[in-house]
Order: sequence, then C-alpha cells, then structure tokens
Amino acid sequence: MKPAARLTLFGVAAATFAAVVGGAAAEIRPNGWYADFVNRVTVPERQITDAVTAVNFDIRGFDTLGEEFIMFASVLGVALLLRRQRDEWNGPPLDRARGRGVPAPSDAIRILTVALVGPVVLFGIYVVVHGQATPGGGFQGGVVLATAPLLIYLAGEYGSLVRLAPRWLVESAEAIGAGGYAVIGAIGMLRSERFLENWLPLGKAGDVFSGGTVALIDLTVGLEVAGGFIVLLLLFLEETLVRRDPA
Amino acid sequence: MSWLPYAVAIWLFVVGLYGIVTSRHLVHLIICLSVLQSSTYVLLLGIGFRVGAAAPVFVDIPPGTPAVDPVVQALMLTDVVVEVTVTALLLALAVQAHERTGKLDPNQLGIMRG
Amino acid sequence: MNWLQILILLMVAGFGLAVVLTRDPLHLAVVASFYGILLGIMFFLFQAPDVALSQITIGALALPLMVLLALAKIRRTERSR
Repeated sequence: MKPAARLTLFGVAAATFAAVVGGAAAEIRPNGWYADFVNRVTVPERQITDAVTAVNFDIRGFDTLGEEFIMFASVLGVALLLRRQRDEWNGPPLDRARGRGVPAPSDAIRILTVALVGPVVLFGIYVVVHGQATPGGGFQGGVVLATAPLLIYLAGEYGSLVRLAPRWLVESAEAIGAGGYAVIGAIGMLRSERFLENWLPLGKAGDVFSGGTVALIDLTVGLEVAGGFIVLLLLFLEETLVRRDPA
Repeated sequence: MSWLPYAVAIWLFVVGLYGIVTSRHLVHLIICLSVLQSSTYVLLLGIGFRVGAAAPVFVDIPPGTPAVDPVVQALMLTDVVVEVTVTALLLALAVQAHERTGKLDPNQLGIMRG
Repeated sequence: MNWLQILILLMVAGFGLAVVLTRDPLHLAVVASFYGILLGIMFFLFQAPDVALSQITIGALALPLMVLLALAKIRRTERSR
C-alpha cells in the first residue's frame, strides 16, 4: 500500500476512534461498588492489609495464574527463537576475545555495583515477603531481585555472570515457581473441591505470615518472575556475546 | 478536570498507532507498541481514581476509609510485568528477522520463504 | 485532581509524542527509559504504589536493556556481513 494511502486510512481510523471513545468516556459513571466491597472486606475476612495483593492472589487468584503463565510462555518463546541454529556455533564470549581491546570497567563502577548487590537482594526479598502487609508482592519483588545479576554483569564480565547464575539453576527456579502456584491451587482442590482455596491459617492482619496461602503464593510468584527475567537476560547476552554466525 | 486521563489515553493511543503506521525500523515499531500499551494504563487509572482518596493499603489507616479502586490496580500490575516479556519476544523476532533477511525496514521485509 | 497530577499527565502525553518522533534506535532506548520513569511517577501520584514499584524497575531498566542488547546483536550481524 502506498504511504499516502496508508496515512489517510490511519487518519480516518484515528478520528473515528477518538470520536467513539471520547463519546463513551463522556458518559462514564464509574460505579465502584465492587471496589468498595473489596476494600471493606479484605481486612476482616482475609486478614490482608494490602488490598491489591488480596485481589491479585486471593480474590481473583485464578486470573493471576493465567497471567503468570503468559509470562512463562513468552520466556519459553524467546528461548526457542534465540536457540543455536544448525549453522551457528558458540565461541568464547566477545568481551574476552583475542585482539579485541575491551576496556575493563572502571574502579568506581566496580565498587558501586558490588556494594549494591547485597542491599538489592535484601530489598527484593523484603518486598516479596511483605506483600500481604505493605505495598509489595510477588511481581514487584521478583523484578527487583532480577536486577542483582545485572549488577554483577556490570561489575565484571560475562563469564562471572554465567558462573554465579548458571542457566540450569535459574531455569529450575523459574519452573518451580510457576508450577508451585498450580500445585498450591491443586492442594486446595484436593481438600475441599475448590481450586485455589485458602487452606492455611489466616493469622493476624499486618503480620508477615497473614493471609493464608497468599504468603506462599507470593514466594512462588517472586521466584518465577525473578527467574524469568534472569533467563531473558542470559538468553539475550548469550545471543549477543557468544553466538557466532557462519562466516 | 476529570476528563483529562481519558483525553491523554486517547492521545497516547493515536500517537502510538501513528508511530507504528509510519515506522521504518523494527525496533522503533516495537517501542511504539509499548507506548500504545501505556495508554491502557492511563485509561484504567482514570477509571479507578477517586478524588481525595488514599492508596488501598490499610496498614496505617483503619479499613473503611475511602480508598482508590484496588481491582483496577491489580489488572495494571500484572499487565506491566507481562508487557516487558512480550516486548522481549518481539525483539527476539526482530533480531532473527534481521539475521535471515538482512533488512530492518518493515516496508521491505516482503514475503517469507520457508 | 490537584495541579501535580494534571502536570504529570500532560508530561506523559508530551513524552509519548517524543518517543514516537525519535527515529534513531539508540536515542530511542534512553528516551523510552525516561518515559518509563515518568509513568512510574504518574502511578505513584495517582495513589497506586504497587504498580509504581514494578513499573519503575521494568520501564527504566529491563526494557531499555533488552533494546540495547538487540541493537548490539543487529550491529554485530551487519558488521560481519
């Protein structure tokens, strides 16, 4: 299609979209009774003080299971796309290749990143574990945890990253996290024929171990998200630094 | 001024779509797709917001104080994390397309040969 | 809505346009990173701390990182051709 024709078609579509959605938005009266109900009910019924985590993992836990598996599937897709093809081969990583003068990272970067790795891991574990009480949860803490190997890569080279976070370890962590969520739901189903039922004692609101199975699901989802992001990082780095095309 | 989030959401959608339509580099196309996705975040934020309400975390405030909609925030939360993995999938596709055909312009990619 | 929320909404709209109008992919990674930080601040100002936590790390770090790695691979493939 010619560019001019494509642009006029886009203009017509954008104008129609803006008119229809603008007209719909002018008539929106958000009702919000479900939101008020959830806000009123989470603390007395589930002993969870963070309403967003309660909605994510307890009240609408089944939807989050689906979203987590979307993430698992797209990491699997990236691993499939970036696999070693038949005519490619693996060489030594490019930042150690002969004849290539890559300067070592400066001392300031090395000191800063190595000093930051400990606090970042601690903060990530804190955010994962405290998902029931304060803003946090599996997804947020997992993402924070996944930046720790990136700091190690910045301080050193590709070889140190692979030695500290080998692929089999990170992949099994991700698989355990993803499967653990389904297993927790299945245990609920075995006990009382309701998938993802809350089958642990509820505890007191504001504690770390409140909310029953939500505490357990936080840990598994944190493991899965962190593992997924580190696997993505390892795949992209391997494709960039190690893979060699046929000459 | 409560119509401002909806207007910004429509504007971001149209701008992102314009970027996709007139893009000449695959990586630029993928980033414009993520701008398009952020328009849905602004729309959901506008729907769930209440003027003068607090965050839906009841650690310091007693349960029962008016708070913002938590269901919509739960939707946005998983969406943000999943978006970046799907963007990674699209970037891997772009890298492989460039390797097989040598071109990065979506107008020139042409027919696939198996 | 107070003036801070109105200001951040207008900045997000302006920066969305800036991201689309930047053509060079290397500049695009930095502009997209700043756009991610702006979105995180917007989530925080609209009383959504959980979403802001994930958006700041992802939008400012993970997305530009993957864009840069893809660009490095593309440049290496072009150089060896």
